[in-house]
Formats: sequence, structure tokens, C-alpha cells
Amino acid sequence: MIDESLKGELQKQGIWVTSMQELYNWGRKNSIWPLQFGLACCAIEMIATAASRYDLARFGGEVFRPSPRQADLMIVAGTVTKKMAPQIVRLYNQMPDPKYVISMGACAISGGPFKQGYNVLKGIDRYIPVDVYIPGCPPRPEALLHAFMELQRKIDGQKLSGASQAEFLKENTPSEYPVPAFGAHDLEPPANLDVFHPPAIERA
Amino acid sequence: MTADLPEIAESPQRGMSSHLAGELLEVSMGPQHPSTHGVFRMNVALEGEVVRKLKPVFGYLHRNHEKIGENTSYLGSMPYTDRLDYFCSMTNNWAYALSVEKLAGIEVPERAEYLRIILAELTRLVNHTSLLGFLLSDMGAWGTPLMYAFRERERVLDLFESLSGSRMMCDYMRFGGCRVDLPAGWMERARQIVDGFPRFLDEFEELIT
Amino acid sequence: MESIEEMKARAEQAISGARLEIVPNPGPAGQPSLLLDHEHAFAVANFLRADPALRLDYCSNVTGVDWLDRTVKKKVKVKKLVDGVEKEIEETQEEFFPGYLEAVYHVYSIEHKHGPVVVRLRTRDRAEGAPLPSLTPVWRSAEFQEREIYDLYGIHFEGHPDLRRILMWDEFTDFPMRKDYREPDDYEYEPTPHDEVLEKAKQHYAPRPAEDGAEHLAAD
Repeated sequence: MIDESLKGELQKQGIWVTSMQELYNWGRKNSIWPLQFGLACCAIEMIATAASRYDLARFGGEVFRPSPRQADLMIVAGTVTKKMAPQIVRLYNQMPDPKYVISMGACAISGGPFKQGYNVLKGIDRYIPVDVYIPGCPPRPEALLHAFMELQRKIDGQKLSGASQAEFLKENTPSEYPVPAFGAHDLEPPANLDVFHPPAIERA
Repeated sequence: MTADLPEIAESPQRGMSSHLAGELLEVSMGPQHPSTHGVFRMNVALEGEVVRKLKPVFGYLHRNHEKIGENTSYLGSMPYTDRLDYFCSMTNNWAYALSVEKLAGIEVPERAEYLRIILAELTRLVNHTSLLGFLLSDMGAWGTPLMYAFRERERVLDLFESLSGSRMMCDYMRFGGCRVDLPAGWMERARQIVDGFPRFLDEFEELIT
Repeated sequence: MESIEEMKARAEQAISGARLEIVPNPGPAGQPSLLLDHEHAFAVANFLRADPALRLDYCSNVTGVDWLDRTVKKKVKVKKLVDGVEKEIEETQEEFFPGYLEAVYHVYSIEHKHGPVVVRLRTRDRAEGAPLPSLTPVWRSAEFQEREIYDLYGIHFEGHPDLRRILMWDEFTDFPMRKDYREPDDYEYEPTPHDEVLEKAKQHYAPRPAEDGAEHLAAD
């Protein structure tokens, strides 16, 4: 990349030098449009983050789009139940690339306080890839802002070309994931193994 | 033999010419759309913009609190009651505490009773301002009343946080009283906020009328 | 509001052949309930709603309960021959109650502002699809709640206008709130398990390699 001190010198002269990647990522990260997708209590904290006290609009999340076709961030806020899971995957499939998912709250990360349940999906990352996780029940609005900034940092670091190219630019990454079907006892399949990589826990 | 069910009145055709009326359009207003509060699906049969039939579909947020309650203690179920209706967590706690106190015959001291009522009424304030905000944004005012309502709500949530440690899921009531006594200065701040509330209502009314 | 014994007496008088029972509730709450039989449940419910002194027209809650088979031990004083002398000694007798499912209705009166009266209906056994008469035509607010009991317990309400699953999806076949329900096994990732969850999570742990030094540990 361009040397920072050279950039600074040129800027003082009124010449702005940038690269395609920086410009592209800067535009994307400062105008992330979230999908208006609140499931349960965390949705209220999400709305409170978008309200006047902890303003999400100053980070670019100005409009919450109701339609997935116009959004590029899905904040899964609230408990994901097994009945709702196919609809979430369908919504994710309908979002255009590049798209990101923030898993907000304990319930969306791993089932949360309702983990021992027959209708609770133990984490939305069983079916769709998640970029940022926010723990908390519910997480404070500052935590959501922090996650938003983490996501912005992540977008900033995505490269457009080369070996470490961003995932959505590679040819063979899927942008749609299979929708689980309702089975007799559980969702079928119970998890999408291409996406769900729980860390192996070594125990005695 | 059936109970008297109210007759659904036939509403007159409004603003539609007669040859357009007649066919019902079935729309599944699915679990995610701008006016669902929480996930709730409605299969509606529309005639123009008039809803003729509606079949609700539930279950998208069935979190089986009852099944979890089989394995927790009585007190262990208390945080789950917060999350049943997440706008008014203190009153949910109070209802559960009341039922257990009735089961076990526990007496509540007077100060705790007063505290409970004060917190429940503050919760009612929180709940109903949010109601105003959401109602108006459903009716088309697209978020501005919501911002005002939430600004007011944040003041009361500050009170809750200084008292119980959490803005929304307070988990404050216990069987036989409340969890912790008021911190210093809480009562004065609560009085100030409640006294300033009618001014907010006037401002709100001016905004929407 | 009159006591539950009076209600029982008047209901049995009004509907011929009805057999009601009072299920006692010892303890500080003191809310006994009326147990109805299947054939006359609908008539008794109509009586409760229409009777001018009671006017119980608001059904606020309908829940299901699953009772497994249980044996109750009672200490009973029995006259027995001990060494040739008739004495009264205490003996522990066991009574076996087979399991059943129950639907419990809490009904209030808006007109007279009294209540609640707790009404129970019991099935004969715990089979799936055990039938019970539906009280939805009497109290409309029971409609969704009886659907919920059907969904979670498996009680089939006869006379219900629209009996189908409400909370779980339609293809679901189990009845989750029954005590013998076993939930599906998705315990792959459990960071802090204990007790039963630990047992279930252990099924997913990687098997211990054969020779990792543990075989040399001795119990101290």
C-alpha cells in the first residue's frame, strides 16, 4: 500500500491519493444498512441503539431497511427458534452480496438462557456464517456500537484481490445456504456442517 | 349451544368502485416485516385494503419456559419471567413473586410493597411510551415519535439501572420483597423524572397533532 | 362467591347424572378445584356460565398437567393380631395411582367480579390422543389454549372447532411437555455443562486416545 507519510504530505498539498480497495471499503463500511430484523428482547436494545441516545446513524446505519433485498447487514437480535430458523436462512439468502451477520445477544450466539429447549436453535451460526458475536442478555447499546465498529474494521481489512481475497469475491463461495426443513422431531439437518464449526472441547 | 359470538359487521365499500371489489387476495404477512412487533405471522385475506379474514400463526418465539421451569428452582425461574414480555420486566417478576407468595403464604413487608408499586408504575410508564412510539410508527409516522418516546424511556431505564443493575431484564423481585433497597438519591431523581413527564406528553401531543 | 361444595351440590342438582369431585388443595393457597366427568363436562360448564349466581363467563387460563404413575405411601392405623393380642399399630400402606393427563381451567366472572373457580378434566390414561371434551364452545378464550395443550401434551379435544398445532410446526410429531419427552440431541458445543447436560454432552466428546499417559496415574 501507499506509504502513510507520503500520503500525509500529499494531503497537505491538497492531493488525495487512495487505492481502489480503500475507497471501496470506505464506502461500504460507512454506509452499512441493517435489515430490520428483531426477534425478541435484544430487538428492543437494537432499536434503542438506533434511537436518539445511542445513535447508530452516525456510524452509517441510518436506515433500517425492511426488505432484505436492500440491506447488507442482518443483526440477528433475539432468540432463534427452530420454527423461525428456515425463515432466517431464507432472508439471508435473499440479501445481496456482500452481506454480513451480527449475532446479537446470548440467544443468537448459542441459545442463551433458553438453551435447554425443544424449540430453541442453539445458535444461528449453525446455518449461516456469522461475522461478529455480541455477548450479553441483552447487550447494552454500547456493546452493539462496539460490534458495529468491529464490523467496520473487518470490512476495512477485506482485500479485493490476491490470495487473501475477501470471501464474497471468490468464485466458489456460496452466497445462498440450504434452508432447513421441518422434520418430525427436529430441523433437518440439525446443523449445516459447512458453516457450523464448533471448537472441539477437550475434557477428561 | 354455542356461546354468543359477536357478529362481524359488514363494512361499507369505501373508495373502491364496485367492479373491483369481490376477489380476496391472500397474503401471508410473514414473521418478518416492518410492523410485526416480535415475530408473528398473519395469513390475511384482503379485499383492497380491508382485512376480511385473518388467521394468526404463532410459535416463532416459543421459548419453552415451562419446560425449563421443570428443571430449575423456584428462584431460578425468576430471570425467565423478565423475558416473557420484555418491555415490562418488573411487573412480570412481580406477578411471579405474587403467585409463589400466595402458594407459600409469605408476608411482604410494607416498604417492599411500596417499592414494588412504584417500580411497577415506572415500568408502566416505560411500556406505554414505547407503545405510543410503535403505534405511531406503524400508522405511518416512520420513526420520529419513536425517537421521542425512546428518549423518555431512556430516562426511566437509567433509574432501573441504578437500582437493579440492568436496563431491561431487572430480575428485581424476590419472594417476600425486593432484591435490594434503594440507593441514595434515587427517590429524588425518580420524582424529578415523573414530574417532568406531563411536559413530555404535551410535547408529544404537539408533535403528532 | 359461594363455596366450592355448594357449587358442586347445585351443579349435581341441575344436571342429572353429573358426578363432580372436589380436588383438595392443602396449603396456604387453599384453592380446591372441581373435577368434572367427561359425559357431563359440557353441560356443567354451561351451567357455570349461565347460572345467575355464578356467571363465570371469562376463562382466563387453560393449562395442561402431566401426571405420571405414582405410588403414595400413607401411614394408617390398623388393628392387627400381634402375639395373640389385638393391637392398633401404624402401618405404611401404598396406594398406586395410574398416570393421566389433565386440563385445568381458571374461570372468573366479570359480571359479579368473583373467581377464580378452577375446573379440571382428567383423561383416562396417558396415551397419545387421549380424548377430552372441549369447552371452547362455552368459553371462546379457551380456543387457542386448548390448541396449545393439544400441541404440547397430546390431549385430543373433541368438539374443538380448529384443533391443530399452534406453537410447534405442523410436521412435528412429539408432544414436548410430557414428562417422558426426550429432546433431540444437539449438544455438540457445551462450554460449561454440568449434571444431565454433561452426560448428554459427553456423547459428543472426542474419544480419549489410547495411550496418553493417563494409564500410569494411580489413585491416591
